[in-house]
Amino acid sequence: MAMTRTARSVRRPPDDKGRRRATDHGAWFLVLPALIPILILSVGPLLYGILLSFTDAQSGRTRPTQWIGALNFTDLLHDTLFWESFRIGLLWAVGVTVPQFLLALGLALLLNEDLRLRWLARTLAIVPWAMPEVVVGVMWRLVYNPDAGILNETLRDLGLGDGRDWLSGLGTALPAVIVVGIWAGLPTTTVALLAGLQNTARELHEAAAVDGAGAWRRFRTVTWPALRPVALSITALNLIWNFNSFALVYVLTSGGPGGRTRLPMLFAYEEAFRYGQFGYAAAMGCVMVAVISILLAVILVGRLKGGDES
Amino acid sequence: MRTSRTARIGQYAALFGYLLFLVFPFLWLLSTAFKPARELGSLHPTWIPEDPTLANFRQAFDEQPLLHAAFNSLIAALGAALIAVLLATPMAYVMARHRTRLARAATGWVVVSQAFPLVLVIIPLFLVLKNLRLINSMPGLIMVYVVWALPFALWMLVGYVRAVPPELEEAAAMDGAGRLRTLVSVTAPLLAPGIVATALFAFVTAWNEFFFALVLLKTPEKQTLPVVLTHFIGAEGVADLGPLAAAAFLATLPSLVVFAVIQRRITGGMLAGAVKN
Repeated sequence: MAMTRTARSVRRPPDDKGRRRATDHGAWFLVLPALIPILILSVGPLLYGILLSFTDAQSGRTRPTQWIGALNFTDLLHDTLFWESFRIGLLWAVGVTVPQFLLALGLALLLNEDLRLRWLARTLAIVPWAMPEVVVGVMWRLVYNPDAGILNETLRDLGLGDGRDWLSGLGTALPAVIVVGIWAGLPTTTVALLAGLQNTARELHEAAAVDGAGAWRRFRTVTWPALRPVALSITALNLIWNFNSFALVYVLTSGGPGGRTRLPMLFAYEEAFRYGQFGYAAAMGCVMVAVISILLAVILVGRLKGGDES
Repeated sequence: MRTSRTARIGQYAALFGYLLFLVFPFLWLLSTAFKPARELGSLHPTWIPEDPTLANFRQAFDEQPLLHAAFNSLIAALGAALIAVLLATPMAYVMARHRTRLARAATGWVVVSQAFPLVLVIIPLFLVLKNLRLINSMPGLIMVYVVWALPFALWMLVGYVRAVPPELEEAAAMDGAGRLRTLVSVTAPLLAPGIVATALFAFVTAWNEFFFALVLLKTPEKQTLPVVLTHFIGAEGVADLGPLAAAAFLATLPSLVVFAVIQRRITGGMLAGAVKN
């Protein structure tokens, strides 16, 4: 960064100082229109939300809200339903993110090859991205439908039994929604990885091939080091997005059967907007942020280390 | 690159498998939407409706105020897209051109904002909007959508701004054009395709959004399409499959069309962001 600035000042010395001063004033003028709504509707509510978690705020109450210290958090500590939901949330987030990454990596590698009809494949591959989450949920309900669904019909055709009611089965509901989660997030991950792949130097790849390196070796020594930063970023984002996801599972199962798919977001939503426990739900949000921050920190540390190596 | 014949066949087979997995649910939705009630009740559903009908579409429009909901969605998405781009373009410009502390803080926010669980944001937002009497109102929803669309809009736009050579702006400045003038008459035209792509992306994001709409819109006549779609699913999770599929298919069409238009630009924008960061 410092280098580019020096380079530019060497090239055009007389103008640089005045330009930079004008920049600082102009920058504020250009940034404010976006900054104000961000502060009011994003940063503000976040801080307000954290404050709310230390109060007994409820919806539609006449008594004024009071500070109750960490009471919400000690309650949460003993709320087994919440921790069960938390466990399901982590299972879901990891269960979606890991296969999603592996599948997306495979697809991105394929789309990066010089295959015929690649343009068609690239277009079709982002279809799930374009769909409203609610429609994705609806669509997979139709697929999973015990009678009119194509999944059970296919199983019957293949002679694999009569199939089952996937979304209401205690054992099958979570795996079934995880498959939908993988499906829905595949395009974003693939596009990100594809972008990363197109950055890897083709010459290096070819040089390695000339030297007799096999496909796996080429992937490990040439492709992966270049792809690593993108892979880490998108995996971190996917973990966060998945842990915070709501609409898909809301439409597919509403958290059922018997809470087997009740992700933390669904739990907190019900607590806040069905039972009106704003303070308590905000505390849940805080715990979720804390966990996400830890996950993020771990991944970012990994990323920094990777940066040092290369 | 030299790839053996068997490897090539394997690649095509794998690609075909992927596409099958990605596309089949949508084809099934389409198939269900055109099936008459009799076929939907049959225990042996077929891929292609034996007796295709438009009855499901008619019934969908009769059962729920789909047109009105689509209009609401359109207003919310258009409003959010236009305002988000208007606000984000200047800021993205600063973030791309000047590595000031402010620009770095903004970039940090773009990342951090992705980590908020929405529930921690929605409760205070709900209370704030309630005090402003903006619950159950389009302006309130649009405001939320704008802020919610900003991070990704900024990210895309920063990539596009970096693709415009700064030398052009310097030349304009040398010719005595002021800062705003340079921005409006030199940079903006070059950025136009990127700005359109960003606006369309924000449009789709808002058109598809569900959670905020569910919480902030209370009365049926204000609700957007995704929220109205969930009304087809009854309290016990029992759904009238035909009309549900028909309505879901219609709700997806605008997003699919827009995505087809900007597909290349989205991947391009992500590429630019990935390269330069």
